[in-house]
Amino acid sequence: MPVVETPVTLTPSDAGLTDAEVHRIRNDFPILGTEINGKPLIYLDSGATSQNPVSVMEAEQEFYEQRNAAVHRGAHTLAVEATDAYEDARTAVARFIGARTSELVWTSNATEGINLVAYAMSNAAAGRGGEAARRFAVGPGENIVVTEMEHHANLIPWQELAARTGAELRFLPVDDDGALRLEDAAGVITPATRLVAFSHASNVLGTINPVDELVRLARSVGALTLLDACQSVPHIPVDVKALDVDFLVFSGHKMLGPTGIGALYGRAELLNAMPPFLTGGSMITTVTMERAEYLPSPNRFEAGTQRISQAVALGAAANYLSETGMGRIEAWETALGARLVEGLEAIDGIRVLGPRAGMPRIGLAAFDVDGVHAHDVGQFLDDRGIAVRVGHHCAQPLHRRLGLTATTRASTYLYTTTDEVDAFLDAAAQVRPFFGAK
Amino acid sequence: MSTGLEQLYQQIILDHAKARHGSPLQEYLGAGRAGESHQLNPVCGDEITLRAGVAEGNVTSVTWDGAGCAISMASASVLTDLVQGLPRDEVLSLIDAFREVLRSRGRIEADEEVLGDAAAFSGVSRFPARVKCAMLAWVALEESLLAANA
Repeated sequence: MPVVETPVTLTPSDAGLTDAEVHRIRNDFPILGTEINGKPLIYLDSGATSQNPVSVMEAEQEFYEQRNAAVHRGAHTLAVEATDAYEDARTAVARFIGARTSELVWTSNATEGINLVAYAMSNAAAGRGGEAARRFAVGPGENIVVTEMEHHANLIPWQELAARTGAELRFLPVDDDGALRLEDAAGVITPATRLVAFSHASNVLGTINPVDELVRLARSVGALTLLDACQSVPHIPVDVKALDVDFLVFSGHKMLGPTGIGALYGRAELLNAMPPFLTGGSMITTVTMERAEYLPSPNRFEAGTQRISQAVALGAAANYLSETGMGRIEAWETALGARLVEGLEAIDGIRVLGPRAGMPRIGLAAFDVDGVHAHDVGQFLDDRGIAVRVGHHCAQPLHRRLGLTATTRASTYLYTTTDEVDAFLDAAAQVRPFFGAK
Repeated sequence: MSTGLEQLYQQIILDHAKARHGSPLQEYLGAGRAGESHQLNPVCGDEITLRAGVAEGNVTSVTWDGAGCAISMASASVLTDLVQGLPRDEVLSLIDAFREVLRSRGRIEADEEVLGDAAAFSGVSRFPARVKCAMLAWVALEESLLAANA
């Protein structure tokens, strides 16, 4: 039984989605037809969480109605079918990012994926995993490198790892426009660096970071790399082998999937040598009262009963995106992102963070409205049925660096129309007059 | 414009958001004692540092530094005007009354006789995500008064 059926028949093409296709796609998302405050919902908060197509919700329901059982244990037919559904989903999601099935570990979300690696590294530092795990150990005199634009999820786990192990946490700074200061990288990433963790696409700036350059620098000093791909995997084609990173994390709920599920990709040889983080049932081979032997990846990192229905639904989401075509989604959203930035920059008193109009960015834009707090901007837009994110977007250090505490962010997805972007821009232009900002 | 937005952002609130009575924060040089409190709303980053002077049981001074949305800044400004010179115990009762209105989800209408201009914040209670904004300065004053008494 297929995990998902093709929702709409799309013309295969390298060009972006067309208006007509986006309107057909919208029919797969019931929530997009709802009203907010008596106005049609204009959902521009997909960077925080995306909406779900019917096929994803049906995949989860169908699993519970027809195949629900514990996986990887029990020999009855239902348990076999449940295990097949669960593992088929893993294959679908692994293939979606160009990984092998054994290289994709289910996690609750991207945050858990990052914590998994951070705790595995401190377990290695404590001597767990023996000689094979030495490459993951960090300690005094060594360092971990992040960037100044990181989401808190890719910062705090490393702060904690540094505090537990005595390692130093360093960061690659950004310039006044929020771009990474690559010219400083050689001084930050040194032979004492054990891991470089950075975001692929910034959830605030919309920039796509130079993965090639950072991986090259990390590799030249023998450091591991971890890519936070939360804002890239859902929106642009991602191939982990082409990116050549050691680890990569992403969340299901930002890519049309349910909450409670995400994934960690790791190169097979690394995952099989890395000590586990969570331990318990389902991740072992032999257990005595004194010790245990662990399964290879991915099971060695999946202790306890797993998020089975969510995994199945995420598999359906990956299939939906693949069938629509990631290249075409990327092209559509790039056009929306450009429209957002051009429109916002044309409004008096609005400052867009990150790349100027005409520079590469994904389909989102965070901005500051002079004289009006982001919370008030969001409230004004909500009154018109427009959902945006306000606040620091879990990136306080980046906001502080840019001299701001809170901004407003509009983020698009494959179901966002140009009319919605225009309605948002029209409303954004009325914010300062409404609040009497001068 | 829908009535919802106008109910929330009444003119008096927009005016106070700009006027910011009581700001900036000042040293308390009066008689009696002063208490201070710093409040932060981690959701949006709104923050306030407020200092209240109390002498002979009366609130003699309220000054503050703040950064935040129109609701939070206007609320601090209105509060400053409202409580100057009032008995400390009465101010604590006002804070309780204000909190009750804001947590009522629109069920309790503020008594303008008691809360004065602060009654304009009644509309905030229909926007649960904004209640913390309106309460920020009031919580800071409550803590400051407790600190001044300690």
